[in-house]
Amino acid sequence: MKIRAQIGMVLNLDKCIGCHTCSVTCKNVWTSRQGVEYAWFNNVETKPGVGYPKDWENQDKWKGGWIRKNNGKIEPKQGNRWRILSKIFGNPDMPEIDDYYEPFTFDYDHLQKAPEGKTQPTARPRSLITGKRMEKINWGPNWEEILGTEFEHRRKDYNFKDIEEEMYGQFENTFMMYLPRLCEHCLNPACVASCPSGSIYKRAEDGIVLIDQDKCRGWRMCVSGCPYKKIYYNWESGKAEKCTFCYPRIENGEPTVCSETCVGRIRYLGVMLYDADKIEEAASTPDEGDLYQSQCDIFLNPHDPEVIAQARRDGIADNMIEGAQNSPIYKMAMEWKVAFPLHPEYRTLPMVWYIPPLSPIQSAAEAGKIAKKGIMPDLDDMRIPVKYLANLLTAGEVEPIKFGLKRMLAMRAYMRSKLVEGQADESLLEEAGMSTEMVDDMYKIMALANYEDRYVIPSGHREETMDAYGESGACGFSFGNGCTTHSNSDFDFFEAQKSWRGKSASAHDNRINTLFSRSEAEVPKSKPHDSSKPHSKDNCCGGCGSN
Amino acid sequence: MDFFLFQLFPYIAVISLILVSIIRFDRDPYTWRSKSSQLLRKRQLIIGSVFFHLGILMILAGHVVGLLTPIAVFDAMGVDHGAKQMLAIIAGGIAGVACLIGLLLLLHRRLFYPRVRATSSFADIAVLFLLLGQVILGLCTIKVSMGHLDGHEMVKFMNWAQHIVTFRSGAHEYIADVHFLFKAHITLGLFIIFIWPFTRLVHVFSAPIGFVLRPYQIVRKRER
Repeated sequence: MKIRAQIGMVLNLDKCIGCHTCSVTCKNVWTSRQGVEYAWFNNVETKPGVGYPKDWENQDKWKGGWIRKNNGKIEPKQGNRWRILSKIFGNPDMPEIDDYYEPFTFDYDHLQKAPEGKTQPTARPRSLITGKRMEKINWGPNWEEILGTEFEHRRKDYNFKDIEEEMYGQFENTFMMYLPRLCEHCLNPACVASCPSGSIYKRAEDGIVLIDQDKCRGWRMCVSGCPYKKIYYNWESGKAEKCTFCYPRIENGEPTVCSETCVGRIRYLGVMLYDADKIEEAASTPDEGDLYQSQCDIFLNPHDPEVIAQARRDGIADNMIEGAQNSPIYKMAMEWKVAFPLHPEYRTLPMVWYIPPLSPIQSAAEAGKIAKKGIMPDLDDMRIPVKYLANLLTAGEVEPIKFGLKRMLAMRAYMRSKLVEGQADESLLEEAGMSTEMVDDMYKIMALANYEDRYVIPSGHREETMDAYGESGACGFSFGNGCTTHSNSDFDFFEAQKSWRGKSASAHDNRINTLFSRSEAEVPKSKPHDSSKPHSKDNCCGGCGSN
Repeated sequence: MDFFLFQLFPYIAVISLILVSIIRFDRDPYTWRSKSSQLLRKRQLIIGSVFFHLGILMILAGHVVGLLTPIAVFDAMGVDHGAKQMLAIIAGGIAGVACLIGLLLLLHRRLFYPRVRATSSFADIAVLFLLLGQVILGLCTIKVSMGHLDGHEMVKFMNWAQHIVTFRSGAHEYIADVHFLFKAHITLGLFIIFIWPFTRLVHVFSAPIGFVLRPYQIVRKRER
């Protein structure tokens, strides 16, 4: 047994309101740079839909994740090492920019500087890659928001497998849910396995998967290797980039930016202990349907004295072990069995798990629209088909999903009887196999979801490896040569990225996240102000109303 | 002039290649990458890039083996110069044409596809033109070579190259009287070596051969 610790995440989809705060705050922190405008380390999809990038779940097309060969061994679906190398001159499995979307900005400038005219000035879109006018925007990072686009398109959703999706196109039967997605920080990451330069690695202390930017050579095999399509190629730097799990914050005991800013309080962070020796075995489980269970089997009980002793021998810090004992992730995934991995059939053993959504069922049941079994509504009549959720979260196995949903329903019914009716009805708990202590704990963590219950993050031990004093006031997270620019000359010998920081606020150009420098001639020259003369027309901007 | 181009410039070019590469790798590793533009346009890249890379790798191998293998080795193996000349013309010709097709596709894509053009640096475009010129010059020399199929011209280049790599003087004299096309080809080749470390060509040094021996998973422990 070789014990390692991992910071895992659970997202309670039952509470996600699809506000995209996670995506926006993440973008502002990590990908508001040239080259990764199209990249969203965190994005929220409306399901059913083909998602971002288009059709990402279709591994027949993208060849992400692992496959189990006939001899019982697993290898990346895009091929073994030689196959991967043979694709190095041109990777046929890699998405193109249009599979994501062409990033754009708007001519905000024009709103202020347009000459006087009969109509309101408009801000028309412009490509952030070519700088040219885009006449029509055909796709974006969230084009299917709240069932946008026609059903004919959305029905291609991979999770409709084994479902008669036809009926869900009808208005009466339509359903939707939100799915926030980020890097899964897998136990068996396919991106790491696919990287020819060996630049991607998993950190032993907290399981965060990172790309060594100095070692990445831009061979782009990780982009196709990752089945979640959560590695992005920076077209400016020529390097791959991915979600960092906000490791500088995690090391400090703080939640990731997406979690911190989640208004719905749906995100949880905590430690999981697992047996690293069993990773390959678990990922090689013959039947895809058993992968959810086999991943659960390699997690270790942090209260078990033997596990604690072994964890100490393997060099896991005491605060990590303590964190694992209080981990909301362990409770939801292992004790309560309400959280599930995203697409375990990819065999990557993902570590960002999801609590399936439940919402539309109870009120419909009470209105007599769907059948009740005893007090509990019949889960088979849920508005969101259980099979759909199973295809998403348990490789099609319906029973674990039903069990989880049942527990959530029982918790609701019990708390309703206790708080609204004033008479705690414990008979509700029996069917779901729950004790009153468990349901109280579930209620506290899942329903109330206080900050300190959601985020149990032991701080890392940076002090063991570096003298942090010298870091204070230093440059923090940066690329390339950090805060020092590597060259003082305008001409750059090694074609490094040009820094655009601060340019958007310059007098020449006030568009956001822009990459074009405006020529002087385009900017209306302001004449020296002469108060004795009336304002001349070209001195005043259109739409400002100050004529 | 010959003395500068064929006796001194080879050393200048190689010193630039080694020294600047080391400086860049050490000081600016973030810029060390293949700089693929596949994300912006896929299909033409894959066809062009595969043709180009396979072609140029074959050419590279041919040049290294052909120029640097000591003449005595060929004699001992019983390969006469005429046969070697034919081999060079045929294999080099095929690889050269493949490389040329690839380069034209890549250059067309880089110049006329707006997304790729807009994101290209001067060096990205210049390198393609230089390589294109070099491949065309190389292919043109085939016609000259057809005039002396006995291979005695080739021996001159082998002598030159081997004198250069063994730091002997008088190397340039061996090729003093060869056809102008050969001289242009060698000069441009040396120039490409000279500018090599300033361009994306550095990715050649990072060819990930070690990948085939590596375990799939990499776990890094914090150094204590």
